[in-house]
Amino acid sequence: MNTNATPTPAPVIGAEQLELLEKLCNACAVSGDEGEVRAIITEQLKDAADEMRTDALGNLLVTKRGKGENRVRVMIAAHMDEVGFMIMEDNEGGIFRFDTVGGLDVRQLVGKPVLVGKEHLPGVIGAKPIHFCKREELEQTIPLETLKIDVGPDNAGKVKVGDRATFATRFTRIGPSLRAKALDNRFGVATLIELVKHAPDNVDLLAAFTVQEEVGLRGARVSGFSLDPDLAIAVDSTPANDLPAWDDSENISYNTRLGFGPAIYVMDSSTIADPRLVKFLAATAEANGIPYQFRQPGGGGTDAGAIHRQRAGIPSISVSVPGRYAHSAAGLARIEDWENTLRLLQAALSQLTPAVLQR
Amino acid sequence: MIDIVPFLEKVLSVSGLSNHETPAREIIAEAWKPLCDEMQVSRLGSLHALRRGSGPEPRPRLLMMAHMDAIGLMVTGIKDGFLRFTQVGGVDPRILPGQMVTVHGREDLPAMVVQPPVRLLPPGFAAKPVSMEHLLIDTGLLPADVERLVRVGDLVSFAQPPVQLGKSALSGHTLDNRASVAAVTVCLDELQKRKHVWDVWAVASVSEEETLGGAFTSAFDLRPDLAIIIDVTFAKGPGANEFNTYPLGKGVALGWGPNVHPALHNSFKDLAETLEIPIHMDVMPRMSGTDAMGVQVTAEGIPCMVLGIPLRYMHTPVETVSIKDILRTGRLMAEFITRAEADFVEKITWDK
Amino acid sequence: MKELIKKLIETPGPSGSEHVIREVIRKEVEGLADEVRVDALGNLIVRKGTKAEGGMRVMISAHIDEIGVMVTHVDENGFARFIAIGGVAPHTCLGGRVWFMNGARGVIGVEKIESMDKIPGLESFYIDTGATSRENCPVKVGDVGGFERPMLDLGARLVGKSMDDRVAAAVLVESLRQLKETPNEVYYVFSVQEEVGLRGATTAAFGVAPEVGFAVDVTRTGDTPKGAKMEVSLGKGAAVKVRDSSFIADPRVVNWMVNTAEANGIPYQMEVLERGGTDGYAIQIARAGAPAGCVSVPCRYIHSPSEMVDYQDVLNVVKLVTALVANPIKL
Repeated sequence: MNTNATPTPAPVIGAEQLELLEKLCNACAVSGDEGEVRAIITEQLKDAADEMRTDALGNLLVTKRGKGENRVRVMIAAHMDEVGFMIMEDNEGGIFRFDTVGGLDVRQLVGKPVLVGKEHLPGVIGAKPIHFCKREELEQTIPLETLKIDVGPDNAGKVKVGDRATFATRFTRIGPSLRAKALDNRFGVATLIELVKHAPDNVDLLAAFTVQEEVGLRGARVSGFSLDPDLAIAVDSTPANDLPAWDDSENISYNTRLGFGPAIYVMDSSTIADPRLVKFLAATAEANGIPYQFRQPGGGGTDAGAIHRQRAGIPSISVSVPGRYAHSAAGLARIEDWENTLRLLQAALSQLTPAVLQR
Repeated sequence: MIDIVPFLEKVLSVSGLSNHETPAREIIAEAWKPLCDEMQVSRLGSLHALRRGSGPEPRPRLLMMAHMDAIGLMVTGIKDGFLRFTQVGGVDPRILPGQMVTVHGREDLPAMVVQPPVRLLPPGFAAKPVSMEHLLIDTGLLPADVERLVRVGDLVSFAQPPVQLGKSALSGHTLDNRASVAAVTVCLDELQKRKHVWDVWAVASVSEEETLGGAFTSAFDLRPDLAIIIDVTFAKGPGANEFNTYPLGKGVALGWGPNVHPALHNSFKDLAETLEIPIHMDVMPRMSGTDAMGVQVTAEGIPCMVLGIPLRYMHTPVETVSIKDILRTGRLMAEFITRAEADFVEKITWDK
Repeated sequence: MKELIKKLIETPGPSGSEHVIREVIRKEVEGLADEVRVDALGNLIVRKGTKAEGGMRVMISAHIDEIGVMVTHVDENGFARFIAIGGVAPHTCLGGRVWFMNGARGVIGVEKIESMDKIPGLESFYIDTGATSRENCPVKVGDVGGFERPMLDLGARLVGKSMDDRVAAAVLVESLRQLKETPNEVYYVFSVQEEVGLRGATTAAFGVAPEVGFAVDVTRTGDTPKGAKMEVSLGKGAAVKVRDSSFIADPRVVNWMVNTAEANGIPYQMEVLERGGTDGYAIQIARAGAPAGCVSVPCRYIHSPSEMVDYQDVLNVVKLVTALVANPIKL
């Protein structure tokens, strides 16, 4: 532990941060078209950053340098993109065929309002009336190719093939919780913005706001290569499947649970977290009295999956804010989990020394 | 304009399966040699040809990549003189029975894929397609000669010679993606008559059908400032009339999606409109299924454009393209290259 | 060499937890090499020789990780649920024993099997450590274990868990011992995290930047009753890979291997593997690429606790690997 590090004012989750998260969640940034979120971040960090650039894929790479000797070059990655839709074919009269971008469950699409294109034109995903459905159809998932986005006849001319669309859900606060689309991963983006603003002096913080995570960790791959850090942390949001099981048996596959704090990864499909970093983050949480949980090892992947394989290898780990119902019209999460994620990362950054990576 | 048909017929008459592209590369190298200043073969066998630009050094670099590898088969076993096989690239076993092939053993052997009689197959194959593990290759040779001439791991390529379907269309195996190699050739030929500021690297890449190995490694080696990937896309035709298919001979498909830099797409679109070259919007909501998947994420990342030549009957030995579409694609690239200013990349921004 | 193989296969070390096996191997190779280092992901990189005229920088990769398990949940009665690290097939698990990296031991049980015709998925399996509650269970979420099975010496054939790929690690150690002079700069890479996607070899190949390279790994065989149709058999020599599902070996490398085997009278067989991948792919596409291939040790019952290899095959693979790098390489 580096006791010489200057204490930095700890970031908090207040009205300002919630307002920013709201703005981020309501923005539309389907993989490959992250401009709206990039613009918000650029505005937020233009004064705090030492350097800021957008690369060939659209990653926004922000550097915040520390002071003094033996600074660890730490990359923190948060993906800007969200799952959504692309308009594939004009079926005339304001009705469009679409395809999904990123992992979406087709059963989650029917009957939802959407926003289409850069102008956020309102549209809906309709469904065949139940009256016209044959009995056997009711047993089947409605196939994607029969679903359409309808923007109404007046706006028919304003939508082009290739436009992106997202769910139209607006950000809402409900008691201790938040409900919004794209909490995966605007939580990560908002967290990383705060970390850049409050970066401690003992590290060079290389913040990568990445693109195309949902279609294969593609932005993280090139940003890991170009930033070439000593270690990397992906900040993301991961499903909390903490619902009751159908037979009231013990839920043994919750992935994470709301209210239990930031989820530290040990292993997912894309990465085996560096054991030194697992130990370091858990110890940091314990030393600072911050609640945390280990994400259940399992499937899924984060930007760490691409970053750790770059160059001659980059020790990597992921930390996520738990959230229910990811990749659907609305996710639900706890403000306290977000706050504790931010606290953990801030504490980890300010206590990070090269000794953490000693074998 | 160059008569591209003789080149195509020649390059379609040789094999060149993934990671074994030498026969195709030699023909391409011969065609490109007079059109470029310098030529190299990469460590994995991709052909790199440089046309130097006229701008002051250091000049920006443009990569024009089309994969040259072919799909085909590979011998996995020999039984009583018959060959068992697996695939190289994605092959639909339903198109194989009765197909003429060449077995590349100690010498090239003419052969055909055969479907064993139903009684010699496991139950259930009376009517349904016979899976690849049960199909055989018959060389017509005696078992002892087969044992002598063929070994496990030998390649098998399609032997279907190219066929001209009238003046405007050509059919053959491996038009995916040698039609695009032809388009690059057309472009290089066009550039003979023009000045261009940029250094242009034309690359015929290896192993796209298997690993994108050529895309990753050549892009890493050459580190271009931007890349144009040329591959075939689906033409309208029997069994392919969906919204994501394009009429044969009616223009070039411009890729759009996460693999494509939107500003590059827009530049090509504007240019095609200026030149009155017909285009289609090829929407790729996720991955493009081309070398761009590899090139784009190489090293620090490379802005990519994907051009598609509509092609019928993809991954069969009778793939069919329109010559006109090949010429258009080559010309569109040549025009783009001619007009590209030295600071083009700085000018293409993400957020306007 | 049997003692070495026994030592290596009996040491636990699933993907991501290679620290123990890495130290075991490091002790074996330390006196034999010109340079030993560990990279950021934990690959053990061992150099022998410096590049002389006509020499090349060669990477040989054998992975030191093995398949295993990771705990996902401990229930109120102390049963530990788990997921696979790498390709663990449920039918190989029942009755198996697990040895955790923290020293805890356990046996694998399964929920009531509803139909004997259907093998349940891993989510129906659990590890019983003898604990009676969550509190007294010696393992927690994220803990890693390997399968436990001592080596069985059947004379001509050896059986054990993790012949994939510790037998190849033993081959590399033995080759280091036998390689006296070389014009090449040979990097023997003991790679990590192969079973989860060739991750160690990917970064090792970037770091080593070889001009040519190959993996040494196990391959399936077609010589068991009603087994897969595959022309590789135990006891017929080193297998020269032409392709697997991860890559197509460079034809120049295949020829180099075949010619070297023939010139040295080493029995060999050609291999086309339709299911499975190797570090060869990672070597092939690193940086600007390198001609790459793979020499395989034929092995039955891969990814079961009783993987079987032929001892003569192992010795022949050592001979071939050593012969490949002992002389100038012309592709």
